[in-house]
Amino acid sequence: MTTMAEYRTIAREGLWTNNGVLSMMLGLCPAMAMTNSATNGLGMGLATAAVMTGAAAVASMFRNHFTQEVRIPIFVLILATMVTVVDMSMNAWLHELYKVLGLFIPLIVVNCLPFARIEMFASKRSVLPSLADGFFMGMGFTLALTVIGAIREISGSGTLFADASLLLGPAFKFMEMRVLPPDTGILMMILPPGAFLVTGLLLVGKRMIDERSSKAAQVSVAPSAA
Amino acid sequence: MSSQRTLIHGVILGAFCLGFGTLLVMTNGYTKDDIALRAIEDRQNSLAQVIPDSIHDNNLATDTLTLKNDQGNEVVVYLATKEGKVTGAAFETSSPGYSGAIKVMLGVDPDGKILGARVLAHKETPGLGDKIEVKKGDWILRFTGLSIGNPPLEKWKVKKDGGQFDQFAGATITPRAVVKAITQGLQFFDANKAKIMEFKADKPQTVDTEAGKAPAKEAN
Repeated sequence: MTTMAEYRTIAREGLWTNNGVLSMMLGLCPAMAMTNSATNGLGMGLATAAVMTGAAAVASMFRNHFTQEVRIPIFVLILATMVTVVDMSMNAWLHELYKVLGLFIPLIVVNCLPFARIEMFASKRSVLPSLADGFFMGMGFTLALTVIGAIREISGSGTLFADASLLLGPAFKFMEMRVLPPDTGILMMILPPGAFLVTGLLLVGKRMIDERSSKAAQVSVAPSAA
Repeated sequence: MSSQRTLIHGVILGAFCLGFGTLLVMTNGYTKDDIALRAIEDRQNSLAQVIPDSIHDNNLATDTLTLKNDQGNEVVVYLATKEGKVTGAAFETSSPGYSGAIKVMLGVDPDGKILGARVLAHKETPGLGDKIEVKKGDWILRFTGLSIGNPPLEKWKVKKDGGQFDQFAGATITPRAVVKAITQGLQFFDANKAKIMEFKADKPQTVDTEAGKAPAKEAN
């Protein structure tokens, strides 16, 4: 049985310690291509999280039914099926969102992150922890994409969460903000170079925070050892 | 022994393919109708932007005519009719912009005057070329009411090329492409005007052709 503490570890790993984008540096293609606004980042992240959660559960369910030799094609099959199901369902029932993200949903299939998590986690563990791992890894991915998108959007177009109501429904109109006056943004930030700069700076930021907290941990351990 | 292992792997893989294939077929079955419905709604929305509701009483998305343009490509023309008479037509026209084709939906009245123009899809630089979207600026609205002749054909260019349409600061190629797409669209309409004006609404059309045959026989 998986204990509560283990689930907490899974959550922390997915959201921070082992964050898909900022630690494992997987799935960088959507992380850069889809983050010219916070809303796009959030939408892409959520779609990926949905696919990851579903795919992890399915892969874990069937983990005793396939052999080592054919596991890779089967993982690909599972992911491709999940992505297609999400793609068709969104087109039919979440059409507004689909119009924004539709082009990028099929790209989830070539994202290494869901694949890596199935290989490393879901194919070895039972359904519930796998489900949790897929979900929290997806949420960590969403978090990273939203932060990258927010930084790029504020500095590039001066807005934050523009068109969020298209993605989440009219109730979320309040999220749409104008941070800087119109036409003051640095255009480069919403073009591809901005994605590389922001992702790089975030990587540096995360390393620095991690280093500082590990030093703090050492310091607090040292006196008790002495 | 090893061939037996290979066989097992094949069977496992085949079973998974069959299972997931079935799942996909089921999903397709459940979503197919809704997806088709959404596609029609989308088309109706983009048509409603270029053809005012007041001038037609038919369903724009279903009364269509397929014609060939100069390049030999097929163009689907959506027709607005009121009491059986054609009051306008809408169709897609496109021209290569700064990166990729810019697709414009153009609504035209029987005199060749623009009822409305909207950019449907483009990949222009955000912040520079995307002012052609109605969401980002009123530039595209300035075409409404114009036709070839008003201004004359040689003025259907951006100002930089000696025409009458504004370009954007830092982006000339994009507006130039939109102007070109719209000009070509109007020329396409003029060239096919006779065919477009002849159009009869869907249901009467089948009756008409039968009715049309009958007198022909009598004449013989």
